[in-house]
Amino acid sequence: MRMIKAFAAIAATILLAACSDQQAAAPATTTVTPGSAADFRQNVGDRVFFDTDKSNIREDARTTLGRQAEWLKKYPNYQVTIEGHCDERGTREYNLALGERRANAARQYLVAQGVPAARLKTISYGKERPDPVGSDEAAWARNRRAVTALQ
Amino acid sequence: MNTRSDMMLPRRHTILGGVALAAGAAAPAHAQLTIDMTRPSFEPVPIAIVDFKGDKVGADIAGVVRNDLQNSGLFRSISPSAFIQQNIDPNAPPRFQDWRSIGAAGVVIGQVVQAGGNIKVDFRLWDVVAGNQATGLSFTSQPNNWRRLAHIIADAIYKRVTGEEGYFDTRVAYVSETGPLSARVKRIAIMDQDGANNRYITDGRTIALTPRFSPTLQEIVYMAYGENNGQPRVYLQSVDSGRRELLGNFPGMSFAPRFSPDGTKVVMSISADGNSDIYEMDVRGRALRRLTNTAAIDTSPCYSNDGTQIVFNSDRGGSQQLYVMSASGGNERRISFGQGRYATPVWSPRGDHIAFTKISGGTFGIGVMRTDGSGERMLASGFLVEGPTWAPNGRVLMFFRQQPNSGGRAGSVTLHQIDITGRFERQVPTPTDASDPAWSPLIPQ
Repeated sequence: MRMIKAFAAIAATILLAACSDQQAAAPATTTVTPGSAADFRQNVGDRVFFDTDKSNIREDARTTLGRQAEWLKKYPNYQVTIEGHCDERGTREYNLALGERRANAARQYLVAQGVPAARLKTISYGKERPDPVGSDEAAWARNRRAVTALQ
Repeated sequence: MNTRSDMMLPRRHTILGGVALAAGAAAPAHAQLTIDMTRPSFEPVPIAIVDFKGDKVGADIAGVVRNDLQNSGLFRSISPSAFIQQNIDPNAPPRFQDWRSIGAAGVVIGQVVQAGGNIKVDFRLWDVVAGNQATGLSFTSQPNNWRRLAHIIADAIYKRVTGEEGYFDTRVAYVSETGPLSARVKRIAIMDQDGANNRYITDGRTIALTPRFSPTLQEIVYMAYGENNGQPRVYLQSVDSGRRELLGNFPGMSFAPRFSPDGTKVVMSISADGNSDIYEMDVRGRALRRLTNTAAIDTSPCYSNDGTQIVFNSDRGGSQQLYVMSASGGNERRISFGQGRYATPVWSPRGDHIAFTKISGGTFGIGVMRTDGSGERMLASGFLVEGPTWAPNGRVLMFFRQQPNSGGRAGSVTLHQIDITGRFERQVPTPTDASDPAWSPLIPQ
């Protein structure tokens, strides 16, 4: 059982790396409690990605946000904070504003999909909280993100 | 008693020596102790600073003066090991030939005298070429003020030689960065311009960014996140007491604050529904006034030196560019037209330039332009350079450099200063990684 789990983790990593252009990695299926935060992260996907200096919702992000909306409607007890982030290739203050814009774009998309606006807060972290840490195109692409965090 | 009254320096503008010492010395034919700052290039002025006599702290004072002048790039401090004349009488002219022969253009000789619990510090700058006294001043203050006295002396020498105000008796607020990038601790710190007397004024429990001084240095404004991932907001904090207050409790993020030159207003960005606009807040009455109203990102506002205009950056034209508007809003016009994105504009205290960060072709640069956008010149570039701030004389900029992250580890982040000619870049020492420098005005005396 342990070995299988370990293998699943490795497989998920390779999958992410292989489709880094798309950024919409198919969620790896593992045994998590339906309706849990882990379920949301692993089976729905908690983040969507943006193009450089942009805040429009990409095609791949629509798929993820659509899944998020369905899940959030199914589990109405969760309050949500959408965190907007940027890569490090902008200035600090502008990136705070850009992160706010990205978080708001994701929020508006979820609202349009029927998630009550009152459940959705936003916060911008600009370039202050990189994930992953790196200074190459692949890292920057994954840092231009909006993360839907369950409260 | 180590409070504001310590900052008040009883200052006597006593010109020592005066007529008697200057007698017989004609105006120098080759004024090597002056720099014409309007010339495109010049050699650093070789200067000898002798350890001040009379007290142990005299050597420390001389060391601070040497360091200040050397770091400006305009002076070359001659090593004391080369000095020929020893046991110098601080009240008499030096043996000029001894200083000429080691190539000094000027020699600084001073003394420290205990004066009823205070120290009295005198110095004279001697013009070695002309063979006369160039300047001389005397100061009295509490002994623990010796570093400030040294910076004030360095400023006086700088002014005598360059004809411009100095900038050594100043402080720098900045963001101290520690820990891994995934959980970086960012605290506001304040230090003397040369890195001494570093202290922290936020506790690091939440991220604090972009500190800026009030014109009196008594207060700073900055942005900090709230507890438990609370919304970023702008705070006003007393430097001495540490007491802080929220500048407006808005539902959205407020950020990018900066004082007006007279300290009565703070300009900042406030975001609502994902959109950031610029607002002005009256510091006393807290009245809020909206200055921009666009669907674009409007941020990084900075007043002109006379307080009548505001430069800011906006992506209203599609990409991030610099705009100037009236300080009361309106008459907005774009001033940056080069290749790339422009950000973090800061108006020179002298009023002649705007410094900025420029992102172009995958690299970052620090540049200056005239206030109408003409005459753009790039001074420094790198993987990431950002956030210029002016020394009060409008001659020197400080900014930060970040090296690329590698292997999941943060690249170093360091403060640097550079002359507006683009020469004399040097790293400013800080105890930790450091970003977002804000240079203070001259400390009120």
